[in-house]
Amino acid sequence: MTAEDLPALSIADVQSLLRRREVSAREIIDALVARIEAVDPEVGAYLSLDREAAAKDAEKANVDLPLGGVPLAIKDIINVMGQPCTCGSKILNGYRATYDATVIRKLRTAGAIPFGKTNLDEFAMGSSTENSAMKLTRNPWDLSRVPGGSSGGSAAAVAADIAFGALGSDTGGSIRQPAALSGIVGFKPTYGRVSRFGLVAFASSLDQIGPLTKTVRDAALIMNAIAGHDPQDSTALNEPAPNYTAKLGEDLRGVRLGLPKEYLIKGIDPQVKAAINAAVKQMTSLGAEIVEVSLPTTEYAIAVYYIVATAEASANLARFDGVRYGYRAENPKDMLDLYGRTREEGFGSEVKRRIILGTYVLSSGYYDAYYLRAQKVRELIRQDFAKAFEKVDALVSPTSPVPAFKLGERVADPLQMYLADIFTIAANLAGICGISVPCGFAEVDGHRLPIGLQLLGKALDEARILQIAHAYQQSTNWHKARPPIAVGGRKA
Amino acid sequence: MPRNSELDVAYVARLARINLTEAEAELFQKQLDDVLKYVEKLRQADVSHVEAAAHALPIFNVFREDAPRDWFPAEQALSNAPRQANGLFIVPKVVE
Repeated sequence: MTAEDLPALSIADVQSLLRRREVSAREIIDALVARIEAVDPEVGAYLSLDREAAAKDAEKANVDLPLGGVPLAIKDIINVMGQPCTCGSKILNGYRATYDATVIRKLRTAGAIPFGKTNLDEFAMGSSTENSAMKLTRNPWDLSRVPGGSSGGSAAAVAADIAFGALGSDTGGSIRQPAALSGIVGFKPTYGRVSRFGLVAFASSLDQIGPLTKTVRDAALIMNAIAGHDPQDSTALNEPAPNYTAKLGEDLRGVRLGLPKEYLIKGIDPQVKAAINAAVKQMTSLGAEIVEVSLPTTEYAIAVYYIVATAEASANLARFDGVRYGYRAENPKDMLDLYGRTREEGFGSEVKRRIILGTYVLSSGYYDAYYLRAQKVRELIRQDFAKAFEKVDALVSPTSPVPAFKLGERVADPLQMYLADIFTIAANLAGICGISVPCGFAEVDGHRLPIGLQLLGKALDEARILQIAHAYQQSTNWHKARPPIAVGGRKA
Repeated sequence: MPRNSELDVAYVARLARINLTEAEAELFQKQLDDVLKYVEKLRQADVSHVEAAAHALPIFNVFREDAPRDWFPAEQALSNAPRQANGLFIVPKVVE
């Protein structure tokens, strides 16, 4: 194997080369940097790269640890000590993290090297990464299309073989949807399974950190490193985290898969529908049993989400006031002027829109009609899932109703952008876990565009969901396909 | 400004301490009117027997030991300040 081939490897494969001393951690970083420099100018996945820090970490890497010597990209909303953390926003331009998030500390303990901060929709608000104030990220399968979002930089980096794996955050689908649109694996753990300490908060009751990887096994490897209780996050569940790789390899006999009948909506792309049907058939042939289930409150999920998430965001983003960190408007004449102009100049449109909506639904006279009612419907959604999981082990659906759309196609109409989150959003409201795995391609304008299969599991049942996803993935070749830019980069 | 909901974007933006240009306020008014129209569907849900869920998972009264531990010093806490002096954040005069 030559150095040019290294970046295409999975985490499991690169770690095994490192452990056998067939390659050094420094050689891995160098090979990755060379590929990033060749490919990323076209993809635009990274916002910052600290080559020196990574080289230093590589020199002292303990390759016998589970993730020893493996560089992992980090969504630029997770604090990595000494590195920028822009959140894709002008308001945090120039900010440098003064501490490591718990997930970063845990990755380091497992031997991994956090390397490179990836692009995102500003404060993770968006489904296309076009809301980043920093740069445009392109889908490696078709550079005229979006990589999905909000963890679009992480997804594009992994898909283009310019990261072995990455961390993202998922508030309404922000790991699973870009994974689907970019043709990789994206895993959202149960709410509270992974500490949010050091993740810049968007919607605190929905946000969850998780891995974006080339394979299900890699996602399980990262979960082994980052899951578990954290006294610094009061919402991190005090439950022992299992070994997520232990069940991988078990087959699908006796597994019950639920098809929610409300998910057969109009507006699902016919090629997406065909790929999902084929995947369901494939899992049946592997021994899974299909059960029709009902999630009657599906039609309310998006409405509930855009009330709860914006309400929480309006409170969380109050901290960006130009006083303690980040951008400050010039020559403020008083405090109100400082706040008003700092936030006018520092925030982009989508963030302002959501803060205003969130402020409104929490305001006197409207709280009961919007926020309180949304919280009650949220409870109904949670109960719907609980009932469905009495009958099945996992729920199956497309991750996104459509493959990657064109850059610019949906920016003018926020509501249309929101509606595309129909399959991912409810999992965050219910706090359950979910994964997106590649399950085929759509042919559009001469490009192959990846399609993602979503599997949702009940709270804390991550090991089971990873096992089912792994069994399916092992029976297909979809995850082995590489986008033209990665293959081209390899030849160069 | 014309609007199709009770939301007054210009007023709420002031509550949220965000200055808006007139063009921005007008655009957001239209876009958020659409969103509010969409969320009206929640009125159809029967929530008469439901308790509000602030969280998806039942977590109550989380305590940890009140023990001192190391944290970053003031100098580091101030390291990202737009303006600072004498170990303090500098802001426009608030009290005459």
